[in-house]
Amino acid sequence: MTTVKYWQAINRALHEEMARDDRVLVIGEDVADPGGPFGATKGLLEAFGPDRVRDTPISEAAIVGAALGAAMAGYRPVVEVMFLDFVTVAMDQVVNQAAKVSYMSAGNFAAPMVIRSICASGRRTGPQHSQNLEAWLAHVPGLKVVWGSTPADARGLLKAAIRDDGPVYVIESLVEWSTRGEVADEDEIVPIGVAAVRREGTDLTLVTWGGAAPRAARAVAQLEDVSVELIDLRTISPWDRETVLASVRRTGRLLVVHDAVVDFGVGAEIAATVATECFDELVAPVRRLGAPYAPAPFAPHLEAAYLPQPEDIVSAVLETIRTVRKAS
Amino acid sequence: MTAVRSQDVGVDRELAIDLYRTMRRIRQFETTAGELFAAGELPGFIHLSIGQEAVAAGVCAALDDADYITTTHRGHGHCIAKGGRLREMMAELYGREGGYALGRSGSMHIADNTVGILGANAIVGGGIPMAVGGGYAAQLAGRGQVSVAFFGDGAVAEGVLHECLNLAELWQLPVVFVCEHNGYAEMTPVSKHLANAEVTDLAAAYGMPAEKVDGNDVAAVLTAARAATARARSGAGPTLIEARTTRWRGHFEGDPQKYRAREEITAMTERDPLTHWRDVLHAAHGVPPAELDQVDADIADLVGAAVEAARAMPLSDPGGLSRHVYPEGAR
Ligand SMILES: Cc1ncc(C[n+]2csc(CCOP(=O)(O)OP(=O)(O)O)c2C)c(N)n1
Repeated sequence: MTTVKYWQAINRALHEEMARDDRVLVIGEDVADPGGPFGATKGLLEAFGPDRVRDTPISEAAIVGAALGAAMAGYRPVVEVMFLDFVTVAMDQVVNQAAKVSYMSAGNFAAPMVIRSICASGRRTGPQHSQNLEAWLAHVPGLKVVWGSTPADARGLLKAAIRDDGPVYVIESLVEWSTRGEVADEDEIVPIGVAAVRREGTDLTLVTWGGAAPRAARAVAQLEDVSVELIDLRTISPWDRETVLASVRRTGRLLVVHDAVVDFGVGAEIAATVATECFDELVAPVRRLGAPYAPAPFAPHLEAAYLPQPEDIVSAVLETIRTVRKAS
Repeated sequence: MTAVRSQDVGVDRELAIDLYRTMRRIRQFETTAGELFAAGELPGFIHLSIGQEAVAAGVCAALDDADYITTTHRGHGHCIAKGGRLREMMAELYGREGGYALGRSGSMHIADNTVGILGANAIVGGGIPMAVGGGYAAQLAGRGQVSVAFFGDGAVAEGVLHECLNLAELWQLPVVFVCEHNGYAEMTPVSKHLANAEVTDLAAAYGMPAEKVDGNDVAAVLTAARAATARARSGAGPTLIEARTTRWRGHFEGDPQKYRAREEITAMTERDPLTHWRDVLHAAHGVPPAELDQVDADIADLVGAAVEAARAMPLSDPGGLSRHVYPEGAR
């Protein structure tokens, strides 16, 4: 085990995968010479050379699409689209093209490519730099979406994404950039589609991921008399239904916590599935906690109010537990 | 890019001092913002246009309140030159209730419908089509307004600029495209992000007239902007102005600038648009340095007052977070 910062874990995954497989390429704005706007691609140019590690112009549609073409031609590009907000500029290439290549060619072609973006929510970067667009991405058949909340998961998921034969969107948390955590010395892969049970419990299942996961963990740590099972989904799509459903069948209660706007969010998918599959076991209404129906605000106090904070999560847990079914 | 003499281009003493005043307001506002950011008083990200003030001042001197602009993440200068209010701008940087957007948008999103600022923008290239739309509206309204898109050399690589050049020329819209060519897109020099750094050549490909000017010479910028806006107002269509300029600060405040040598930055400061214009004011218009020092002092007071006002303002109510998600009231 080694203790590294979140960004260093990402950097390590890139170094390891580029060394393992020469087909892996890294392209994006400021990724080569400067080593990434936030350092995630440091040392790659020096180690793997300018053919495989390239700075690009500010042309998201072109670079995502070029990664796709190179992927169809046999390479395994990792394209950095700096902030998640910027992928909107490349959405045709993501949604209409990359996600559908396998399907539209009946498996003749595949798009083994990765798009990495940071989600800067919590960093006071305002409405066009702090959005959480996970639900948009998760809604596209053919596109996998992962988001590690710890250094080990950020590394292991990125490695799994690079080895995956389809397009995978890897979201990274800018607020956690310098958070330290242990990573294995060996080649540790975090499989796509497998959640992590961070803490076992019997009274309520709390499902979270990505940016909200560290705050949810802090909330759960404060709860003394309540036994919460904390699940970090790690993969948003395809999500680990088995783990979540098995947990709710035991606890009878579900709270989903995410940073994205609640309306039409990923939490709705999980809530609906649980409501259908765990009808007999549920003893309280399924709840969701997330951002209100508004763009991400800039001012620190507004952003704090916008994102679910540990105290909001604690209250939602307690309210869910206190809810009793009215006699019918 | 020969030096332009202010007397030759119809800049009288009063206008010359006005241009200086605008540049000084920008310099002072941004220097102060940089200091406040370094002191931890301002949150988020800020991008300063110090060294580029002549572009904003020169272009906006050819505009009036009814004309439109759109700008970028590095847009404080354009907003100030277009008549944006320092107090509301500073309050927005502070995230206060009295800010232009109730503190919800921050430094990269100043907009003011009273003076035609359609908005600064945090998406590279994001504002350019809006300026084209402002031009379309101006063409329909037929009152001789123009619409200006400010963008950097980095944005030249975004497809949307090319779509906009084509559309504006095709529809003969009253638009002026102003490329602030400062040689960098974040940490990447232009040699590594543009196949052809002569941005004026791109306009030529669409049949659009274009002019390259020294963006640190406010008279040169103003002259080009007057010609371009006159064309636009007369219905003769769009123009592209490429203003070669210098970004003195990092991409954002706090950028350690490891990608360029100190000497490069020092050399830039020798092309200071404000110092140059002070010299012109003195030589061509006989304005004594003391008079300009007084201008500087007055502006420092104004910016200081904006800071004090912002500091004293309340934070906006988080209960109002969902206000304006949909427009309120009839228009
Ligand atoms: C669509 C999009 N891609 C990338 C970015 C990140 N980014 C912000 S500013 C910038 C460089 C812009 O360079 P330029 O257009 O030359 O403007 P300058 O910063 O020099 O004023 C980049 C890449 C962004 N904000 N939006």
